Amino acid sequence: MKAFAELLDALSFQPGRNGKLALLTTYLAETPDPDRGWALAALTGELSLRQAKPALVRGLVMERVDETLFALSYEYVGDLAETVALIWPERPGANRVPSVAEVIEQAETTGKSALPALLAGWFDAMTATQRWATIKLMTGALRVGVSARLAKTALAQWAGREADEIEEVWHAVAAPYSDLFAWLEGKGERPDPAHSAAFRPVMLAHALDEDDLERLDPADFRAEWKWDGIRVQVVGESGRLRLYSRTGEEIGAAFPDLLDGPAIEATLDGELLVVREGLVAPFADLQKRLNRKTVTAKLAGSHPAHIRLYDLLVEGGQDLRALPFDTRRGRLEAWHAAHGHPRMDLSPMVPFESWEELAAIRAGATGEAVEGVMLKRGDSAYVPGRPKGPWFKWKFDPHLVDAVLMYAQRGHGKRSSFFSDYTFGVWRDEELVPVGKAYFGFTDEELKQLDAWVRKHAVERFGPVTAVERKLVLEVAFEGLQRSPRHKSGIAMRFPRISRIRWDKPAIEADRIAALEDLLEG
Amino acid sequence: MSPAPNWLKPVPGGLWCEPGGFFVDPTRAVDRAVITHGHADHARAGHGHVLATAQTLAIMEDRYGERAGDNRQAARYGEAVRIGDVTVTLRPAGHVLGSAQAVLEHKGERIVVSGDYKRRRDPTCPAFEPVNCDLFITEATFALPVFRHPDDREEIARLLHTRTVFPERALLVGAYTLGKAQRILCLLREAGYDRPIYTHGSLDAINATYRRFGIDFGDLRPVLETDKADMAGEIVIAPPSTLADRWSRRLPDPVPCFASGWMRVRARARQRAVEVPLVISDHADWDELNRTLDDVGAPHVWVTHGAEEALIHAAMQRGFDARALRLQGYEDDAE
Repeated sequence: MKAFAELLDALSFQPGRNGKLALLTTYLAETPDPDRGWALAALTGELSLRQAKPALVRGLVMERVDETLFALSYEYVGDLAETVALIWPERPGANRVPSVAEVIEQAETTGKSALPALLAGWFDAMTATQRWATIKLMTGALRVGVSARLAKTALAQWAGREADEIEEVWHAVAAPYSDLFAWLEGKGERPDPAHSAAFRPVMLAHALDEDDLERLDPADFRAEWKWDGIRVQVVGESGRLRLYSRTGEEIGAAFPDLLDGPAIEATLDGELLVVREGLVAPFADLQKRLNRKTVTAKLAGSHPAHIRLYDLLVEGGQDLRALPFDTRRGRLEAWHAAHGHPRMDLSPMVPFESWEELAAIRAGATGEAVEGVMLKRGDSAYVPGRPKGPWFKWKFDPHLVDAVLMYAQRGHGKRSSFFSDYTFGVWRDEELVPVGKAYFGFTDEELKQLDAWVRKHAVERFGPVTAVERKLVLEVAFEGLQRSPRHKSGIAMRFPRISRIRWDKPAIEADRIAALEDLLEG
Repeated sequence: MSPAPNWLKPVPGGLWCEPGGFFVDPTRAVDRAVITHGHADHARAGHGHVLATAQTLAIMEDRYGERAGDNRQAARYGEAVRIGDVTVTLRPAGHVLGSAQAVLEHKGERIVVSGDYKRRRDPTCPAFEPVNCDLFITEATFALPVFRHPDDREEIARLLHTRTVFPERALLVGAYTLGKAQRILCLLREAGYDRPIYTHGSLDAINATYRRFGIDFGDLRPVLETDKADMAGEIVIAPPSTLADRWSRRLPDPVPCFASGWMRVRARARQRAVEVPLVISDHADWDELNRTLDDVGAPHVWVTHGAEEALIHAAMQRGFDARALRLQGYEDDAE
């Protein structure tokens, strides 16, 4: 547990993606099997020990520590698991620090009644950081800011391969992944992903630069709506049915309403949406269904999940990915007609003759549950990743608002000496109400200028937050608005970023809240 | 239990010893002062007469120059000095270079003012010596059972491992200028780290004083004279304020590290956006505080600056007459 505890500890303090990758690759390089495999399983969420409830851990510590001292300590530290980890009276030499493999193996095989003694024996021998990491592992919530995709990316980086190569075989291997590591180290065969309902890495589109249209022939392209949900893949193989996010994370457990339908022998690419009586609900409704391990019948009923199909990658064991889009689309339509699933429908094609005509259609669709238009070459094969040329997304132009900088906060990592997080507001009568927070969109040079401006115009500090004079106008671009009772303004922005610094514009000429409320109505 | 000695009193300005006519670590300028160690909240400027170790006097002279005290008297550890009706002896406190406990004797009673102290080995100063006494005045900076400082060698090993994870970044270690910085330098050398170590200019004077008293740091270099690109993989020791300061921009993507006992609590480390918290403290941890009460065997214990409540609770349970000594003007937080 020593190396794994230090890894979790370091990850929990590491704000940057690259920093996390460096920590993970170093760990994979330095740690032997099977510990690194179990660690990988824990980080990718493939383990579900959930053996120890926080109450059990609390009970154990209360047998050993004075009640008043525990209360004073808990009040100071604020986190139960951390307090227990720190306050546990160590008995060095009483036991041996177990390996990750031992912790997982014994946690899985030890019954409920023997578990407290097992934990206490470990805790006696461990350091505070090791106890903290063990509690995290046993209660099933690592929360160190590492997604399954990031862990797999680190594995790929360490092995000198592409993350998609890992995804291809991921569902054919199981913890502690000795066959996977053997293959990556050149000591074994590639694990065979056939018949395991494996994920196929998805194909993504580049953003369209409208100047590109001049050199593109409309006859080569097919258009369809870019629906405002999340991209998913449904895989049915040998009686198994799985649902993956676009990064290959299995999310099926939270969508029984989708997977309980008829058996499927196909791999389908589509958009996950909430649809009620044929109408796509706003993204906020879908968000209620995301990032859950399970779902209640009530929520599944009030927020029914639906998949709008874009593509057919595998049918009856035949890999169609090398075929042209037009052929795959024909097969998709035929498959849907034959095997129609009640919770799936086809993403309709949008016929057009010229770019002007498509631009007019696109302009007329603003405000519906679409983000823009997808353009796909009729002859394009399905290639994992983001190849340049075959697919484009032609998103709606972002909304813009002129807002006044109100508060700034220091960033993390490289930006920890910079004020790089900006809270901005718009006018409601005579006062400014905050409407969002942005921390990107500007260049490094602009960041320096903003940082210098904040330091010069700071008026008050609230912990890490610095209030500034209400003088500087920022042009903020965003994708949409939602009502939010959590914000004072009642409005939350999607994907806000600083698009321009309006050094020239007086604050009094910034936008009013009415401008945003109109957008909500429309 | 005999009553507590009544000839040392907390008054505005510090601890006043009437039969000796002096204060211990006064928080304002006084006629006569006994100073336990050189940290600025204990060693202030402008006293008439100062008694301290030679090292502490040197630190005060670095900081205050002429204002370090009109009449400065150095005492060796263990040397008895008579002031008025009181015998004062300085004994090692193990906190920083020159740090001492003030042992005060009067009419057959003995009071020990510990100042700040720790019980761990520190390559820059002699270890704390427990002295049997009637009244023991202890600090309580880390007086909660969640504070158990780990082995400092493990913390240094973690710092050095960070170099292998981020070879292209500099490691910026925030450490208090007096004591912590020099201890880290020595611990790095003991761990076999023999590359040059880069230091912030504000450490120069204190480092020179430590050298004068025989502490060797090996090859130290100023950050200013080195190219940014050449600082990749190097270790820089600087005051904690530099972690979030523009000064750090002269380093390549610095990894913010902070050496302090407070780093034991994750929220504290996160608050300062530290990536590598190093739990290295110059104060006694919970176990050391409690062990020290046993070692000095004083029936009466006064607890000052820090988490008094928890230590008093634990001491009372073990039969000590313990009470909080509320003195103004000391920093609970600085470490």
